[in-house]
Amino acid sequence: MIELREICRRFQMGDQEVRALDSVTARIESGEYVSIMGPSGSGKSTLLNVLGLLDRPTSGTYLLDGRETTSLNDEELAHTRARKIGFIFQSFHLIPRLTAFENVELPLVLAGVEPQVRRPRVQELLESLSLEGRARHRPNELSGGQRQRVAIARAMVMQPAVLLADEPTGNLDHVSGAEVLAAIEGLNAKGITLLVVTHDAEVAGRARRHIRMRDGKVVEDINGHA
Amino acid sequence: MRFRDLVQLSLDSALRARMRSIMLLLAMTIGVAAVIALTSLGEGARRYVAGEFQSLGTRLVVVIPGRSETGGVAPGLLAGETPRDLTLSDALAVQRLPGVERVAPLVIGSAPISAGALEREAPVMGSSADLLPVHGFRLARGQFLPPGELSRDTAVAVIGDNIARELFPGRDAIGRNIRIGDRRFRVIGILGDQGRMIGMDSQELVIIPVSAAQALFNSESLFRLLIQARTRDDMYRVRAATIEAIKLRHQGEEDVTVITQDALLATFDRIFTALTLTLAGIASISLAVAGVLIMNVMLVSVSQRTGEVGLLKALGATRLQITALFLTEAILLSVAGAVAGLLVGLGVDWIVGKIYPALPLSPPVWAVVLAIVVAILSGVVFGLMPARRAARLDPVAALAGRR
Repeated sequence: MIELREICRRFQMGDQEVRALDSVTARIESGEYVSIMGPSGSGKSTLLNVLGLLDRPTSGTYLLDGRETTSLNDEELAHTRARKIGFIFQSFHLIPRLTAFENVELPLVLAGVEPQVRRPRVQELLESLSLEGRARHRPNELSGGQRQRVAIARAMVMQPAVLLADEPTGNLDHVSGAEVLAAIEGLNAKGITLLVVTHDAEVAGRARRHIRMRDGKVVEDINGHA
Repeated sequence: MRFRDLVQLSLDSALRARMRSIMLLLAMTIGVAAVIALTSLGEGARRYVAGEFQSLGTRLVVVIPGRSETGGVAPGLLAGETPRDLTLSDALAVQRLPGVERVAPLVIGSAPISAGALEREAPVMGSSADLLPVHGFRLARGQFLPPGELSRDTAVAVIGDNIARELFPGRDAIGRNIRIGDRRFRVIGILGDQGRMIGMDSQELVIIPVSAAQALFNSESLFRLLIQARTRDDMYRVRAATIEAIKLRHQGEEDVTVITQDALLATFDRIFTALTLTLAGIASISLAVAGVLIMNVMLVSVSQRTGEVGLLKALGATRLQITALFLTEAILLSVAGAVAGLLVGLGVDWIVGKIYPALPLSPPVWAVVLAIVVAILSGVVFGLMPARRAARLDPVAALAGRR
């Protein structure tokens, strides 16, 4: 469960202050499927970064599973990110020198999970995303859709409660995009909270709840299919 | 993160960036190899000289005529007096001192040596039977000077192998007569190749009884007096007693210099240790340069991998983990460089040893330890700054590829 209260995020650009997030208040229940839309510079990416604990709000409170996060130090933030949040990026962000298997394994490696525990888990995830044949391939040997599915597997390997997707289909053709969306929606159906930031109205339309942002403010928050 | 995973990840990163890693390895290898090879050279020179001294025999006290004084002028010189010669009777007096085992007087000169129509110039050494054990000469064949009274002038000679072959080509020299200056001597022994004295090759030497040499060069004075003490402890007592005895014989004038072998050895040891340290210092500069190179290359690597750092942070990597990843990579490269440098340095030693077998090259242990420790330390020190820079990157900016 995510609860945002009066979240502000201000940047200093020269002598001008930019309000990327301007008093955002929202509550997202576990298992929701939310799309966040808005023009460039509307603050939707900043919102996603704050939700993912990559960025700290200038003011306001953010409760993740009932726990206040704005007072956590870097170390605690990193641990919370590792255990509770999965990221999917538009540009995949796979490490090119590692194989698909190793990329998926990375969060487990960072968490210090023993090889005999993590290997079956990675294997299982790759199979569930129909990637078992590509495990030994490096990212440059994979198609865009395969790369994003590897990224999904990596996001899911720590079994997080929240999956944050920043333009997950932005670099993909229509067919691959549909596959990727189907994959993350499948995860949502199993109970994960899914937030998708997108420009694409068609992608956004698949969510059950729609948040629209402009100038750092939430201007529309509709529950139910539009 | 498990330690093995940390090393594995860092190793992957180092292996994939091949050019970068090779450059780093090369710099580190050259640095460590330079330290090893140069200190080996200094150490080899030190041991070579020490070996030369060792060949003089142990428990050795050397008496040199004349007083080497550094503080002011000796009173004798002011009075227009020259130091008295060291003579055979001085040698006999010293021989009676307690703690003295052997005394070998030394007269050195050069004279034409001939046999039949063949003639050459050679260094001639006048001494006694005791020279053999004192000096550590080894005989190839025949016998050495006969023992007996120092003042006995027997016409026998022990000659070096080269001289024997030049004067008696294809024949055995023993028992034959040679002419040294205007005197005839019978060859009784041939010197072996053992016992090289600094600046003098036993193969090119002619040794005759000391009285014969004095007569030959028409001089009563000795070049040196070599004394062998009974034990190492006796050496210092013998030194003091010798100075006293000779002073008494020279009308209370202390006009000789008496040195113990180990004092001489210690002086050379200090000189060559200083030389080795200097060489190590010079070579260390290349290690420092390698360290700076590590820092530069790692900084470039950090900026090239900004996106990766951002991703690691998004995946929940802590600052400590990211620091550890970059630092481990720098350390792995410097350790590999140190090992490669060690091998190259030892290889250079081996090759030089093949070309100049007389110079035994092997690095001093402290240099090996120092080179490797410094190499790894520079990996840590110069790797730390880039690693910390990576760890401090803002994850949002890093993911966007900005720094």
